[in-house]
Amino acid sequence: MRIVVLVKQVPAGDTEFGPDLTVRRDGRAAGLNPGDSFAVDQALRIAVRRRDVRITAVTMGPGEAINSLRTALVLGADEGVHVKDAALHGSDALATSRVLAAAVRRLGFDLVLCGAASADSGMSAVPAMVAERLGVPALCFADALRVRERRVEIHRDDGRGELRVLVAAPPAVVSVTERCGEPRYPRFASRADSRDKPLSVWSLADLGIEPAEVGTRGAASVVRAVTPRQSGPVVVQGDPTSAAIRVADFLAERRFL
Amino acid sequence: MSTVLVLAEGREDGGEDRGEDRATCALLTLARRLGTPTVALAGKGDTRLLAEFGAATIYPLATPARSAAPGRTTAPAALSPVAARVAMLAELARRTQPAAILIASGRDGLEIAGRVAVRLDSGVLSDVIDVHDGPVAVQSVPGGSYLVESHVTRGIPILAVRTEHVAVRPAPVTPAVHPLRMRFPDSTYAVREITPRRRQLCTAAVIVAGGRGVGSRDAFDDLVERLAAALGGVAGGSHTATELGWCPRDARVDQLGTIVHPSLYLGLGVSGSLRHRAGMRDAATIVAIDRDPAAPIFQFADLGVVGDVHQVVPELLAEIERRRAQPVIRTREA
Ligand SMILES: Cc1cc2nc3c(=O)[nH]c(=O)nc-3n(C[C@H](O)[C@H](O)[C@H](O)COP(=O)(O)OP(=O)(O)OC[C@H]3O[C@@H](n4cnc5c(N)ncnc54)[C@H](O)[C@@H]3O)c2cc1C
Ligand SMILES: Nc1ncnc2c1ncn2[C@@H]1O[C@H](COP(=O)(O)O)[C@@H](O)[C@H]1O
Repeated sequence: MRIVVLVKQVPAGDTEFGPDLTVRRDGRAAGLNPGDSFAVDQALRIAVRRRDVRITAVTMGPGEAINSLRTALVLGADEGVHVKDAALHGSDALATSRVLAAAVRRLGFDLVLCGAASADSGMSAVPAMVAERLGVPALCFADALRVRERRVEIHRDDGRGELRVLVAAPPAVVSVTERCGEPRYPRFASRADSRDKPLSVWSLADLGIEPAEVGTRGAASVVRAVTPRQSGPVVVQGDPTSAAIRVADFLAERRFL
Repeated sequence: MSTVLVLAEGREDGGEDRGEDRATCALLTLARRLGTPTVALAGKGDTRLLAEFGAATIYPLATPARSAAPGRTTAPAALSPVAARVAMLAELARRTQPAAILIASGRDGLEIAGRVAVRLDSGVLSDVIDVHDGPVAVQSVPGGSYLVESHVTRGIPILAVRTEHVAVRPAPVTPAVHPLRMRFPDSTYAVREITPRRRQLCTAAVIVAGGRGVGSRDAFDDLVERLAAALGGVAGGSHTATELGWCPRDARVDQLGTIVHPSLYLGLGVSGSLRHRAGMRDAATIVAIDRDPAAPIFQFADLGVVGDVHQVVPELLAEIERRRAQPVIRTREA
């Protein structure tokens, strides 16, 4: 069974924008998107139950993004693929999904695991878009994941009392939330082993994608302006009735009621 | 004027309203700024309400003949709601050539938006909270720390809207209703839904946690358990609450108990000690009710209420019940 895990390198701390209104990634501390370490860990949990699993971590991003692959290898992935190309800067979700789907197709797969959202931009749409391009079912936002030979099952708590269990046959794409279980801390030996694991770098040409289809040139959406917003904690005091109404309003605004 | 395609979030048969109606009215309110709304209606929907908010044309999905599941001859297969909506939107986009497609954001909505974008090779914008002519969309990202203005430069703009940010306003019309007959490909049956099991603390979207401030086992049942039930969530407890036997040990939220990642964490009489915080700091939204204004939890709660849980929580339960008894779609001046 071949599992491909899509991992993204994200800046540590708050998102900042560069002059071209894309996320500043150069020269900033960055690391593996926290949600994606849960996806790698889920792949390992499948691997301990079967002998034939090969886990490939794939990232798309600038030079430093290779560190997200190194982390994935330390966590236990078997190999890494870094899709790197100068033309990729400024890619939107359509382009990102195009590149990731092409890489997954080239590798071959039974299961693609992703995080449910990235910490820097967090559209949560990339996994479904990759699935659409691959022509396979997507099971998104898995709070729990069970994988059998011919059956992939996820559990989802969608809030407001709505619980769902969704099932599909592999090959499929699954995105997992941070509720699916804390990633286990890697054994010390795993850190040393990871240095010997293969890392490949692929260009757009390797994937048969034209530079004009991706990046700023190929983007189907354009950002015109970015305004920072301040929001801090709000603490209210008052009689119990108005406090309760305040809480109810807050919950309703965020669709918890 | 051009057509704007809106996906109505219909409730499932016999299902209770979970805010779908309001979400649809919000989409229609925005759609009217960009053109004449046309509605794709997949589930059960209230056509009168759609008309009141300006749906000039409505395409309800004519219930497809239940065919046997692909590869099987016995049990009829059910359409996957997401795949069916994707197919409907792609079909209606082809027929009506809309100026934009509006979809309510949410777990299913994001999947639908992403898939339709790929199918139509069209730009998709997420976390949209407002739109202007163009269309230009205002997005709230990430975690609300920035407002971004974007527009789509290729294909039909697909906007995934956070409808809770939209003030809804009616604009009645008399709609034309055309039942939509479609043949769905096998792939629309690939994802099946089965009956869920019980809700669990570790995977809960909503957690109401009680701490020392709750005061007793009875109060824990009356306040924490009841509020959790009212919000469709799971009750949890701080170290103290479990040690005192007010709730079961497996309800304990901290590093040694369960580390939780809910969308909503509501703390009742929980001070927010380091130990507890390690178990819940990743909650997307944190609300705290506590008597002590100096409680550390107020420093990281999104909304804090300084007050006695024994007084505030019963009021809150009553308020929730009132709102559920009379679901009104509040309209405000924008
Ligand atoms: C503030 C902001 C707003 C944006 N809004 C839009 C928008 O409205 N429309 C649009 O088209 N683009 C938008 N973008 C650009 C878009 O976020 C990027 O194109 C990005 O590549 C899409 O992924 P995401 O991080 O949002 O993915 P998500 O869908 O949140 O990511 C989910 C998972 O997909 C996988 N994944 C995502 N990206 C990669 C990668 N590069 N390599 C490997 N795995 C990956 C990971 O497993 C990840 O956990 C925005 C960017 C920013 C900074
Ligand atoms: N009746 C009450 N209503 C709200 N908060 C309370 C009440 N009684 C005690 N508290 C708070 O409960 C918290 C107990 O937290 P802990 O020590 O974490 O169990 C403290 O912050 C108290 O201020």
